[in-house]
Amino acid sequence: MCTVCGCSEGEVKIEGHEGHAHGHSHDHTHIHGHSHDHSHAHGHHHHDHHHHDGHSHHHSHAHSHEDQHDHGGIESDGDNIHFGKGPAHAHVAGLSQSRMVQIEQDILGKNNQYAAQNRVRFEQQSLFVLNLVSSPGSGKTTLLTETINHIKDRYCVGVIEGDQQTANDADRIRETGVQAIQINTGKGCHLDAHMVGHAMENFSGMTGGVLFIENVGNLVCPASFDLGEAAKVSILSVTEGEDKPLKYPDMFHASELMILNKTDLLPYLDFDVEKCIEYAKRVNPEIRIIQLSAKSGEGMQEWLDWINTKRAAIIESRIHLLQQQVEQFKAIL
Amino acid sequence: MHEMSIAEGILQVLEEQAVSQSFEKVKAVWVEIGPLATIEADALTFCFDAVIRGSLAEGASLHIIKMPGKAFCLQCLDTVPVTQRYDSCPVCGSYHLQITQGEEMRMKELEVA
Repeated sequence: MCTVCGCSEGEVKIEGHEGHAHGHSHDHTHIHGHSHDHSHAHGHHHHDHHHHDGHSHHHSHAHSHEDQHDHGGIESDGDNIHFGKGPAHAHVAGLSQSRMVQIEQDILGKNNQYAAQNRVRFEQQSLFVLNLVSSPGSGKTTLLTETINHIKDRYCVGVIEGDQQTANDADRIRETGVQAIQINTGKGCHLDAHMVGHAMENFSGMTGGVLFIENVGNLVCPASFDLGEAAKVSILSVTEGEDKPLKYPDMFHASELMILNKTDLLPYLDFDVEKCIEYAKRVNPEIRIIQLSAKSGEGMQEWLDWINTKRAAIIESRIHLLQQQVEQFKAIL
Repeated sequence: MHEMSIAEGILQVLEEQAVSQSFEKVKAVWVEIGPLATIEADALTFCFDAVIRGSLAEGASLHIIKMPGKAFCLQCLDTVPVTQRYDSCPVCGSYHLQITQGEEMRMKELEVA
């Protein structure tokens, strides 16, 4: 099963990974029926622990030291307690004793590790990566094909397309002449960093380029899954409600830029642009908003300028880093 | 329904911890979920029960510790309570809040055998 995409075992298909997308090894560990020797240095295991919300749990355990039961190889002789006299790896019924284990672990830690790996890879290639998120039908793919047509002659462009099924979107992108990899998530509702890492294996010569990751059309789940991108861009079309930023706040909170798409349709709709912008700023006061129509071209230049500036900043910081390294090497020469 | 993925993530942590901390069975799991985390507690409990079948955590109970949401208001320069992403400051009404607590999605503690 793939990192955290539990919802899609065997159903994730990444182009270029035909057959089975999970042919690599995961560091999953599975617990088999072996037993460990248990140590019982202290007689009873009885403690209270308190939680932040004020309620406490009380864990008591069935046997105390006074009980006359087989300690399975643990022998006590005055102050000396021997743990090693029983048969190795024999599990004695009734011996296993509950204990509490403190762990402080992020539930999405695994995905975040993969995302960090992706990020390192993107940095090394000075690749500007955008994670495009929206509901289905917001015009992501049309916006993307238009954008690609404007920038493909200036820099290398690649696209990772995420959908539950079909390669229709990747086919549309390929018609523009750039490389596109389709990931079908099967039952999955989002792309995760592990899938993106695999898809990246199919790209070459992307140094200094722009990679668009078109996430599964869904305003909920993709908000939680970092893919290693430089920024999330949420696309909201004016045919949707202006209160979408309030209805799906996590996504708009996680996005650096919101594109208000299909503005050519505004004369035919009751959509309140000012309200929509106000709602988006409530959820994310820092969010930048571009009003755009992929059809009429309104706002397109602003969007292209944003990409340009961001991409240039990434390359500049890479140059700066490399220059520092050169200086360091000169100093030790 | 990404709660299913989240539940799978929890199980994965349990399996890793079982090796590093030498236990075979998990009886209970405590997770901290803030009101601003992208997890619905009921959905997570439902999914957790589904994914632990046949695993080392079969039958384990999931305890969700709900953390109150808190934010730092950039106008009041004070910490204020929040329950939702789009809450305004209850004191001055500003939306310029920086969330300081409530986005947690962490595993805290396990009862194991």
